[in-house]
Amino acid sequence: MKKLIINLILIVTALSSANAQYPEGKEILLKIDQNLSSENRIFISSMIIHGRRSSQTVKMKTWTAGEKKSFTEYLFPVREQGTKMLKLEDQLWIYSPDADRIIQIAGHMLRQSVMGSDLSYEDLMEDSRLTDRYNAKVTGTEIIDDRNCWVIQLTAFVPEIAYQGMKLWVDKDRFIPLREEMYAKSGTLLKRIELSDIELINGRWYPKKMLFKDMLKEGLGTEFVVEDIQFNAQIPDYIFSKASLKK
Amino acid sequence: MIRFLFKGLLRDKHRSLIPFLVTASGVMLTVVFHAWITGVIGNSIEFNARFTAGHVKIMTRAYAENATQSPNDLAIMGTDTLTPLLASQWPEMEFAERIYFAGLVDVPDSAGETKAQGPALGIGIDMLSGNMAETERLNIPTSLRSGRLPEKSNEVLLSKEFADKLGLKPGDRMTLVGSSMYGELALHNFILSGTVEFGTTALDRGTIIADIRDVREVLNMYDASGEILGFFRTGAYDNEQAAVITDRFNQQYSSEKDEFSPVMRSLAQDKTMGFLVEYSGKLQALLVTVFIIAMSLILWNTGLLGGLRRYGEFGMRLAIGEEKGHVYRTMMMESFLIGLFGSFAGVAAGMAIALYLQNTGIDLGFMMKNASIMMPSVFRAHITPATWYVGFIPGFISTQLGTMLAGIGIYKRQTARLFKELEA
Repeated sequence: MKKLIINLILIVTALSSANAQYPEGKEILLKIDQNLSSENRIFISSMIIHGRRSSQTVKMKTWTAGEKKSFTEYLFPVREQGTKMLKLEDQLWIYSPDADRIIQIAGHMLRQSVMGSDLSYEDLMEDSRLTDRYNAKVTGTEIIDDRNCWVIQLTAFVPEIAYQGMKLWVDKDRFIPLREEMYAKSGTLLKRIELSDIELINGRWYPKKMLFKDMLKEGLGTEFVVEDIQFNAQIPDYIFSKASLKK
Repeated sequence: MIRFLFKGLLRDKHRSLIPFLVTASGVMLTVVFHAWITGVIGNSIEFNARFTAGHVKIMTRAYAENATQSPNDLAIMGTDTLTPLLASQWPEMEFAERIYFAGLVDVPDSAGETKAQGPALGIGIDMLSGNMAETERLNIPTSLRSGRLPEKSNEVLLSKEFADKLGLKPGDRMTLVGSSMYGELALHNFILSGTVEFGTTALDRGTIIADIRDVREVLNMYDASGEILGFFRTGAYDNEQAAVITDRFNQQYSSEKDEFSPVMRSLAQDKTMGFLVEYSGKLQALLVTVFIIAMSLILWNTGLLGGLRRYGEFGMRLAIGEEKGHVYRTMMMESFLIGLFGSFAGVAAGMAIALYLQNTGIDLGFMMKNASIMMPSVFRAHITPATWYVGFIPGFISTQLGTMLAGIGIYKRQTARLFKELEA
């Protein structure tokens, strides 16, 4: 009997010490937010959309201020030149020079694919900090691209959110996710993102390349490549106005 | 003899009226039921053929896998060459290119801001080439409720219910927001030229119809079409011929190794309509047979009861010396006359109702408010040569059979006991 009690105590101690090796999930999320979030930024990016028939490249310039304001202008292909998107709070407007109209995108349209890519308008609009949306729990460790990673399970605590659950593989040294999986409330895997080309920019680690894969559609996914990025740049207020859509 | 019996039937309504009415009603119901079932099944098949499935349909193999979603990124390329080639190879068919698409119709206010918005399902058809085949195939001229058909580029039609919901009138401007063949955002301004009402909930909820050239420009689908539909010039679907054409086309143009090679599917191979086409004849025959058997039993029973009701009269006739064979023959002759005139009257009444249902139809739209399948809301009967005899034959024969069975009793009766029976 004594032996049994001692064995049980040893097992419980071993288990709790194993858990104690894992850091708090929230601590890791804070460090990720420090890398990925900023007061504002300006970046030029390319989306390489790999369809079933062909691949297409879309190039754009984006200005973002905090989590609520974002402005994007399409630069390439020629057919898309001059198309602009403005996000203010949770509203999204699109301007097309062909139609010379500003159209508000709302409701289920926000879940539509952007330019046939694996990203939805909701994905593009979602820019808030992970700590503002999810509770996190570290569940293990794994190696991704020869890097030691924490495996973190995220559960949303805000009701109006595109993905109710997430699973992140976070680089233990650089605190940047190398893989993300997004889940619906039912537990269905909706999207997977592979992040690579991690560079140190202005003292923060940032992925210059992301491969988005919408798990509900066929195709090879969409590459999102950040060609140039400036953190905490000065952005005039008029950029984030409907008037600038037609300029 | 016949004149004598006929006069007897006319003068003694007890013997003739009820059997005549029952026979006529049964035959009438059979005629109407046959015409109605034929019409409803035929209407549904033809309606779907004209709007979505064609008598044959050509798509890429990849598009065909998800055809219900109209994936235009998997559309057929090089249709400017392919369609004329098809027309020369199968002159018995007429081929029409179509693009089905989904999008959002956005209505601007005076400042150009969004005033109203609604999701739309679009059809791009040939409306401006001068060939009216497609507009007539979709019954557009007769479905027009306001305005006019598009006469120039960038003019479109909207379903009336949808236009009313968005507050649009002919002449108003709107913007179509969609996704091009390559996934690009597509925004294009159109002028509403008119509104249409098809009487089908699935089409009337939110349809936009544009000329296929405009749709190609908006969706960046030059020299491409989502689907090519083929229709027999006779106007009627011929399953055997469609199967031959489909096999030949697929051998010549399609390759299992290339998901973007074109593949032809006949109406019978269509995922939604296939079952109905394949089994429509059998289903129709089964329904009509069950109904005819039920009606035959009723008419047979009428003949039987007609004979049994006159048990006393036959006994009296036998008692006063009439031969059993003569009584039986006169009974059969009377039954023949009732069956003949009853069936004629039933066919006449049934054909009159069927003709009315064929021309006017019945609006069952209220039963299909949330139906996702394409069904006409006004169902019409369809009179075929079979409608003329499908009720007459069982009506006439069943009455005779019933009387024959009832008449057997006449031979079983013993003359010696007749007076006792009559006294009782």
